[in-house]
Amino acid sequence: MRLLTHNMLSCNIKGVTNGFPLRLEVEKFVEKEVEFNSDFLKNMFVKIEWKALVNAARSMGYEELPEEADSSMLDSDEFLKKFHHALLELHLEEGALICPETGRRFPVNKGIPNMLLHEDEV
Amino acid sequence: MDHSIQVSPSIRTKEGDEWKNRQVPSRMPSRIAQIRLVSGHPEVYEPCDDSFALVDALLADRMYLLEHKPVLCMEVGCGSGYVITSLAIMLGQGEDVGGIHYFATDINPHAVRVTCETLEAHGVHAEVICDNVASSGLEKRLGGKVDVMVVNPPYVPTPEDEVGRDGIASAWAGGENGRTVIDRILPVADKLLSDRGWLYMVTLTANNPSQICLVMREKGYASRIVVQRSTEEESLHVIKFWRDPDLQVGAAKDPSMATTQRTTSAVVMDSLLSQFPLLSFWRNNNNSST
Repeated sequence: MRLLTHNMLSCNIKGVTNGFPLRLEVEKFVEKEVEFNSDFLKNMFVKIEWKALVNAARSMGYEELPEEADSSMLDSDEFLKKFHHALLELHLEEGALICPETGRRFPVNKGIPNMLLHEDEV
Repeated sequence: MDHSIQVSPSIRTKEGDEWKNRQVPSRMPSRIAQIRLVSGHPEVYEPCDDSFALVDALLADRMYLLEHKPVLCMEVGCGSGYVITSLAIMLGQGEDVGGIHYFATDINPHAVRVTCETLEAHGVHAEVICDNVASSGLEKRLGGKVDVMVVNPPYVPTPEDEVGRDGIASAWAGGENGRTVIDRILPVADKLLSDRGWLYMVTLTANNPSQICLVMREKGYASRIVVQRSTEEESLHVIKFWRDPDLQVGAAKDPSMATTQRTTSAVVMDSLLSQFPLLSFWRNNNNSST
């Protein structure tokens, strides 16, 4: 699971108002090379919750992202490279995603997050 | 420049500090997923007529899809992964078209694993999520970003309590008229699709496809049949939906339109039927049943 995906997931248990961002519990992560594409990054930037990405990357030991980011930084190749690496090349293989409000644990196995809710949660 | 479809010969991954090169089958000659490389599991729906019809529809539209330059593509209900893998192969990962990223979801935990294996066997990537249509909240954070969406829903009419059961039944059990899951997917698709988003969906005659087109029309989508497939058992259609800026979304708000509002459905239905003569037999069926 890429951090792009992590950035798009939230806990949707009935009654939960603050189910984003999910905290990462990292047992195993891998890095996979992905072709760099600045257009995609510029396109996605507005959709990304920056703080969530910074913290997710940090939980995998990647500390290169600036605390804050705005669209003017998209002109910098150096920034884009770091953004690219954090968003697309860091994969959570084994671990879990934890709801910030309820502590509900969504397991991630073989890189696949299981976001299914139990009957009493919907 | 060589525009033939190429698949990267190896995937480079890093585990801890160690880089690993893993070979994947080189130079895929086919333009779609190969059945022999599609993974399987007793609880996962194997590629069947409906899957082939959907891939045929995508192939038929391949040139348009390439020109469309989608950024994000998504499959809801990916099953064996045959369709999303085929889409990723036919459009590529977007090396020369600006980067295409793929998402695939399924309610069945076995299916998402099988999908990953099928993708990997073909050397393509999609982000795979185990999700009950909207339980992951993707439509909230990814809303308006999906340019191409493909759905082969559970469309078989079944008793309502068979819908959403564990395992392979989730691949076909569609509830009343086979519409329960379809009707759950349509509003989510509307949220996910971008302004230029396209949706390809498999339907069965029993699903009342003309009524599905009408529901989508009220959300501002035009539609057309891309593939029709008839077997002894069922008649399948793959319908493509796209946002049509000329269509008014929702019912008319202007009070002066109130008199015409009653007939909106009829007008829409007529235009649909004239557009797709094939649909007329659905209307006849409807009339005879009412």
